[in-house]
Formats: sequence, structure tokens, C-alpha cells
Amino acid sequence: MIPFRYERATDAPSAVVTLRENPGAKVLAGGTNLVDHLKLCVATPELLIDISRLPLDTVDTWGDGTVRIGANVRNSDLAAHPAIRRGYPMLARALLSGASPQLRNLATTGGNLLQRTRCVYFQDLSTPCNKRNPGSGCSAIGGYTRYHAILGASEHCVATHPSDMAVALTALDATVVALGPNGERRIPVPEFHRLAGDEPDRDTVLERDELIVAVELPPVVPGAVSTYRKVRDRASYAFALVSVAAELRIGDGTIRDVRIAFGGVAHKPWRAVGAEHSLLGAEPTLRAFSAAADAELSAARALPGNEYKIPLIRRTLVATLRELVE
Amino acid sequence: MNAIGTSLPRIDGQAKVTGTARYAYEHPVADPVHLFPITAEVARGRVTHMETEGAEALPGVLLVLTPDNAPRLADTSDGDLTILQTTDVSYRGQLIGAVVAETPEIARQAAGLVSVRYDEQDHDTGFRVDHPQAYRPESVNGGYATTTDAGDTESLFARPADASVDHWYSTPEEHNNPMEPHAVIALWDSTEPLLTMYDSTQSTHGVVSALAPVLGLERDQMRVIAPHVGGGFGSKGSPHSHDVLAAMAAMRLPGRPVKFAVTRRHMFAFVGYRARTASHVRIAADHRGHITALAHDAFAQTARVKEYVEQAAVPARSMYASPNRHTDHHAVPLDVPVPYWMRAPGEAPGMFAGEVAMDELAAECGIDPIELRVRNEPLSDPETGKPWSSRRVLDCLHEGARRFGWDTRSASPASRREGNSLIGIGVAGAAYPHMVMPGTEVSIGFGDNGRYSVRTGAADIGTGAWTTLTLIAADALGCPPEQIALEIGDSALPNATVAGGSSGTSSWGSAIVTAAHQFRARFGDDPPPGAELTAHAPDNPDLEKYTISSFGAHFVEVRVDVDTGEIRIPRMLGVFSVGRVINPRTVRSQLIGGMIFGVSMALHEESVRDPRFGHVVTHDLAEYHIPVHADIAEIDATWLDDTDEHATPMGSRGAGEIGIVGSAAAVVNAIYNATGVRVRDLPVRLDDLLTGLPAQ
Repeated sequence: MIPFRYERATDAPSAVVTLRENPGAKVLAGGTNLVDHLKLCVATPELLIDISRLPLDTVDTWGDGTVRIGANVRNSDLAAHPAIRRGYPMLARALLSGASPQLRNLATTGGNLLQRTRCVYFQDLSTPCNKRNPGSGCSAIGGYTRYHAILGASEHCVATHPSDMAVALTALDATVVALGPNGERRIPVPEFHRLAGDEPDRDTVLERDELIVAVELPPVVPGAVSTYRKVRDRASYAFALVSVAAELRIGDGTIRDVRIAFGGVAHKPWRAVGAEHSLLGAEPTLRAFSAAADAELSAARALPGNEYKIPLIRRTLVATLRELVE
Repeated sequence: MNAIGTSLPRIDGQAKVTGTARYAYEHPVADPVHLFPITAEVARGRVTHMETEGAEALPGVLLVLTPDNAPRLADTSDGDLTILQTTDVSYRGQLIGAVVAETPEIARQAAGLVSVRYDEQDHDTGFRVDHPQAYRPESVNGGYATTTDAGDTESLFARPADASVDHWYSTPEEHNNPMEPHAVIALWDSTEPLLTMYDSTQSTHGVVSALAPVLGLERDQMRVIAPHVGGGFGSKGSPHSHDVLAAMAAMRLPGRPVKFAVTRRHMFAFVGYRARTASHVRIAADHRGHITALAHDAFAQTARVKEYVEQAAVPARSMYASPNRHTDHHAVPLDVPVPYWMRAPGEAPGMFAGEVAMDELAAECGIDPIELRVRNEPLSDPETGKPWSSRRVLDCLHEGARRFGWDTRSASPASRREGNSLIGIGVAGAAYPHMVMPGTEVSIGFGDNGRYSVRTGAADIGTGAWTTLTLIAADALGCPPEQIALEIGDSALPNATVAGGSSGTSSWGSAIVTAAHQFRARFGDDPPPGAELTAHAPDNPDLEKYTISSFGAHFVEVRVDVDTGEIRIPRMLGVFSVGRVINPRTVRSQLIGGMIFGVSMALHEESVRDPRFGHVVTHDLAEYHIPVHADIAEIDATWLDDTDEHATPMGSRGAGEIGIVGSAAAVVNAIYNATGVRVRDLPVRLDDLLTGLPAQ
């Protein structure tokens, strides 16, 4: 660990000013990912701006049905919140499938969105990594790839995004509210995380001097059913091999609304637009689910060592949709 | 007196749950300093330069150790312990230096400021059975012969058999990872001179006898203290290079206790691990399932810097009757750290292979797996011809079958489904040799306070030795346990052998019983205060006359998700024969712990060594999986009512390792029963099952 300065933010605007004035600053909220990175020297900030005591910790439902979640709302509290359990079971299940109870008690909504990849090479200073050290190379390519991407990967980085919550938020068309020097900016979650491209060091479109203050969920879709299915090697406390967040609304025997996102397959939570298009207006049959998987996965490319992910995400999607209509 | 057999709660339990039991790093010492190691970032080559000025300039840094300035070791014959004597790098992660500073943070930061240049050479960490340098070692771990032959297996295999098995089975590298990583505080008193080490070890005297010659000290110039140890699983069975590094630093900083806590990542680098193994198992049998020939050829990775060969084929020598038998071992030398003991070395990987092969033979013959074992039960030790002291593996199998509901198992695989789960049941047998190490001494005294002091250097690594030895002493001295004041965990106490190889309680307990008998003979049952004597157990001739082993049977139910192949274990039972059970509470804990290790071995643990870099890249507990609570549902261990008078004076046998032996095979066999997919390479993951799942 390299010594750093520490400041406790008094309010969000002043935290943004401090961020802007200190290019070597990082924001500390729950610390469940950042503190690991400090210990491993993956993160070497000059200044930590602790926002964990800012009062961004409420879940509010507005008149139009929008739910606004403060950036500091803890994952445990959000998963247990009646508005979330009732209206967004997909999100509650995604949250509860993440990490461990102890970590969920600390991890925040804003911080969860900014989790960095668990790629073993990213976390190991002794191996090259374009995400940690741009231009040094990607050690995962040709290496240990069990957790790596099959969709949207680049030749510079094949890492996956580790969050469960973000997959649900992507499927739900949630919005990130970021406070910057010029006020609030609203970023749809599906556009918030980036594909690696040739800048794998940038996980999101958030600017360096912007602070996530809230996440907004659009009103509940009446009549829709949703869930989150996470597939992992052990029953708890493991990152997703793959995951599926799905919401369906069926009327008169056909699919009227559908929203699907995948976790564990790409550098970002993967909105399965191809599968959605395939399903919209179709009858909710196994054949249709299978066709939707084909549509989405025609572009999937496995690495040596993670070939299993293509049939796995396929089967998981079909099983998740089947469960929703059963 | 009947203290033995009572479930006395751990006498160190309250201290542990209240945080007052002191582990190695926690001993209060005056004016400590902190060490952070520098490790090699190439897998083979030479250090050409270490730039230490930046580290030395950091305020608070007291010492930067490098091969240039490190103390010279007196004995460099042990390649695991010999560090900083040359600039050679023999494996990635090897200790090549250290920073010692006033705080752990400064030490760590300064270590990062030491830049190292290497002359890097080609390395090879890729295990393969056709490795051109593979060789037969002189002997294998445990001192066993490398090769054994009886009858003529090859000509049997050359002829067609009614039923046969011919497969390869493999286990990956696995790292012990006790909850308490290795840690040491080393203090050099140059006036005595005396090196004191508070060390997380399975053997206080073992550390002295291994390190004193390396450091050029007499044995009485070292003292090793370890009252409480947070697990070892073999890796703390002897000192490793981190102990040497701490001692070197301490000798450079007399009077300053040097604290060195090995990080979780470094647990994957230099404190031992289970080598990769591959086992070629061949069995031929007649149509009734009687084995006519059995061969087990084991391959294991070893380090170039020191040989350690996992004795994976040894269990096959005695487990089943067969007129023709062949076992052999091959070592594959690589540029890797030195493998070492881990959770039933030899038996755990060897019986995984053997017990899965038996399940395959049962399927091949169309015979129930338990019945197959009945038909091949050896009446005497097939290897030596000696009688068994007590071999009740069939009783374990039958009792387990009754309790577990074996009769509900469908003999045809992939035929039982509930909801979205494919359900299967599997069984495996288990055996682990009974070992009593010679050399433990015990002193018994009677104090003014009316209590007996019972003293020996044994280490309680979390298994319950504090409690178990108290029970043994109470019965042997004919007094209630409260009258025993046990002192263990210090090399200043009489010599004790290692807490390893399931030998601790047997070895120490035998010595306690001997000393107690002598004490009572000399001083009677109402001894005068101040009465004291020291004794060691006489050789037990029965250990030579009989083959003595602990036995067991594992029963596992698995559920495999029909869509994703996710594997979960709702139910597991182990039935064991371990002689007389001294403390049911702690024995049950150990057996269940071993069974969970079996689940872990079957489904989770895998140290992935990246051949390009040469180190384990899954080097933390987020990437290196062990089961969590949610993975372990209904699990139970029980045992037969047993006494083995040949094994120890207590009638007990070793119980530490039998819990893991065979358990991974039972999981794999259950997965086969559930899915029809036979997996022979551990760990089994959903990846292995996907293609065998039903279409959606």
C-alpha cells in the first residue's frame, strides 16, 4: 500500500470540486473493491475522498412511479426495500446473489456500478494488463480465461464486468445520475459501461470529475414478470460464470414486452438486443426462446478455455425464460 | 476413570472465541519490526541486480536483505530452505529478499520500491506424463518404495478380461490455505545466544531440528513457541523458507522481534502445496467382479530445487485383493515451488483415482459398487501378507448404506429426476495408515495445587489436542480432567513429534499413557507435591506384526441442475472405523472437516499455474474456491464402536485424515449416477457436464 491522503466529503458538490482539483483522487464509498485494490497496489490514489457519510442513502418513489435510489444505499438495504422487492424482483435477486452478506452490508449502489473486473491478471501487478497498464498487453489472451468474455471482446482486453446488480439495472433501463462540475448528467445504464475497444482502462463513460449520486428505475411495467438467474460454481460468494436478467410481459399469448441482459459474458453488462427483437411478438415457446438465444449468440466467440460459456448462457437464457412463463 | 469417550468441549474454546488465544503473530513482544518479502518475478534465471537505494531511503526502513548481504547458511542441503545464498531463481515467487521496517505498511511500500533485474532463462512449469525428464524416484513421500510388483499384471492385461478398467485420473495443484496463514515472530538474543520463534507450525521441535543446522545453531540455541495454530493441513508440518527469512532478518537485528505474516497470495508461492497428479489405473476382473489384476501408475510434479513425490499409488497396494498387482511412481521435475504435505498426501489423490476406478468396474460388471467391494475384500494385507489389526471397511459400507438409504439408489445412471434436478448417489471406500511417530517424551509432575502437570511440545493445530490429551492424561492418571494442567506448544517442553499424518494423538497419547503408568508406579495415586518424571513410549511391536489402518465409507447425494449443470450436494455421510474415539466432539469435527475438504477437492479447488509466467494466478480466496456454508447442507460423520488394542494403549487410531480420503471419489461417483457423465479430472465443474445434459 502506498500512503495517501484522506478527506471526508461534506456534500456532493464539494466532493466534485475536490475530485476536479485532484487528478490523483479516488472516491471511497463502501470500499469493498477499492480497499482490495489499495492493498494490491492496483489502485494508487494520492487522495481518497470518502463519500460514505453523504446523505445519498434513501430510496424514494416519485409520483410517476420512478424509483430514485441514492448512490450510498447499501446493497443489503436495497435488496430488502419493499419497493424493490415488490416492483423489481429481478433487481432484488441480482443484489442478493452478489458477494456475501457482509460485503452487501457495506457495498453501495454507486460503488457496485463501478466495480472493476476480477480478471486475475488485472489484479496481479506482476503480469501485463492493458486495463491496469495501457499498452502492456493482455495476459488473459492465451491464459486463464474461465471467467472471460465471449461477446464484444477486443484484442486488447477480454475481461468481464463482475457486477450482478448492474446486469439487472441494464435490463431495467435504469439511469445513472452523475453530478459533475456543470451539474447533473443522466446516463442510461445500458450506455454507462463501455466495451473495452482500444481503451480497456476505461470501464465506464463517467468522467473523472463526476460523482454518481443516484440511480433511477423507470416505473414498473404492469403485468410483467422478471427474475435474475446467476450460474456459479458454488452456491454463494462467487462471481457469475454467466447470468441472465429477464423481464417478460405476455398478452394474448404473445410476448408484448421483453428485456434481457447477460452478466459474465462481456466487458459490460450485455443487453441482449438481438434476443429481445427475436422474442417481441412471438409466442412464448421453448422454440422461440431457443431462436432468441441463437439470434443473440451468433456473434459469440469463445476463447480457448471458456468454450463452455456459449452453451451455458444459451441454456441459462432458455431456462430463465421458461421459468418466467411456467 | 472414563474421561476418554466423553465429549469434553474444547478447553481452549473460550480463549479462542474471546480472542485471547494467541496465534503466532499475536504474541506481545517489545519493540517489534515488520518484514515484507521480495519474491522472484521470473520462474527461472538469475538476479543480476537489486536496486535497494529507494527502499533504504524510506524513513522507517531498517534493513533490506538481498542475496548480496544475507547471512550465510550453515547447511544448504535443503532446497526448500536455502534462500538468498546465490542469485539463482528456481521458481517464480521464490524468496529473494526482504525489507524490514518499523511498520508493516512501510515494509510493504519499501518492498515495492526495490527494483530487480533478472537474467531470465526458459522455464517449464507444464505438467505432463510424457515429460522427457520424468523419472522414477528412489522412494516416495512417507519413505515408501517407488515400485511394487506381485504376480504378472502385464500378461493379464494383454489378455481379454471379462471386465476391465483402463483410465487416467488427475488432480490439480491445490494449496492448503489454513485460516491462519503462515506467520512467525523471530527474536535473536545475541548474548545467549538464543533464537526464539513464535511460529505457526505443526511441530515446534520439528522447526528446531530442521532450522538449527541451517542457521548454524545448536538445538538448545533455538526455542519455538506455538500454543495455538489456526490450521495447517500439512503445510506447517515443517518450516519453509519464510521461517528462514525471518530468522535471517532477526539475526541482523538483535533484540528486535521480526514479525512476518505471510499474505494470502504468498500462501500460493512458497509454503508447500499438493502437486499435480495423474494416475493410470488398470483393473481386470472376472465376470463376477473378482479382480484378477490391478495396476496403478502415478505421476506427480516435483520441484527441481527439491524432490517431493506424492505417494499416490501406495493405497492401491493394500485396498483390494488381487493376485496380480503393480504400482509405480514417476516424478515430473518442473521449475515450480517445492510440493509438500497436504491433507492426506498420497491417499487423497490416490484413492480418488482408485475408488472412481472401482465405481467404473462396478458399472462395467453390472454389480452394485458395495457388493463389488465385498467381493474384493482382502483377508490380510495384500502387500505384506500381515494380518489386519482390525479392518472393518465393509462394516462401514454396510452401516452407511443402511443409514443413507443406499437401496433408494437407481443402478442406471441419469434415471432419477426431481423438478429441474438430476439426482445421484455415490459411494467410496477409504483407508489411511495408522502412524505412530517415535520420539515423543512426556513429563508428568504433581504440583502444590493438587494438579498434575502434563508437559510435551505437541502442537494443537485446531484439531483439539489441548482437550484430547487432557482426557488421555486424566484416564491414565486416574483423575478427573480438571486435575490435569496440560502444557503443550513449546519446544522448551519435552520433545514431541509432528501434528501430521494422523499421528499426533496416537504418538503423544501413547507417551502420556506410558509416563502416567510409570508415574503411578513410582509415586502411587497420592503423589507428593514435586513428584516428577519424564518418559517416552516404548516401541509397540504390534505396529510391525499387523497392518493397522483407519477405514471409512463415504456416501454422497448430488443434485445437478438439468439446465446449467450446476452441482450441489444436499446430503453426505461418512462412516468410519478409527478405533476408540477419545473425544466424540472433536473427532466428529475433524471427520466432517475432512469430508468438506473432499467436496472441496471434488468440485472446487484448483490452483491454476500459468505456464507462461510460472506462478499460480488464482492466488486468492475469491478465485481459489473452497466450499462456503451454502455448499454444505446435511453432512454427518459417524463411527463404529471400536477399540484397537494393537494400535495404541488408548485403543485409538488416527482420525485426522481419513475424512478426506475417498470423499472426492464418492462425489464423482454420485455425479456419474446422476448424469451418466464420468469425469476423471478434478475438479468437476459444470463445464464437464453440459454436453451430457438433456436437451431443453
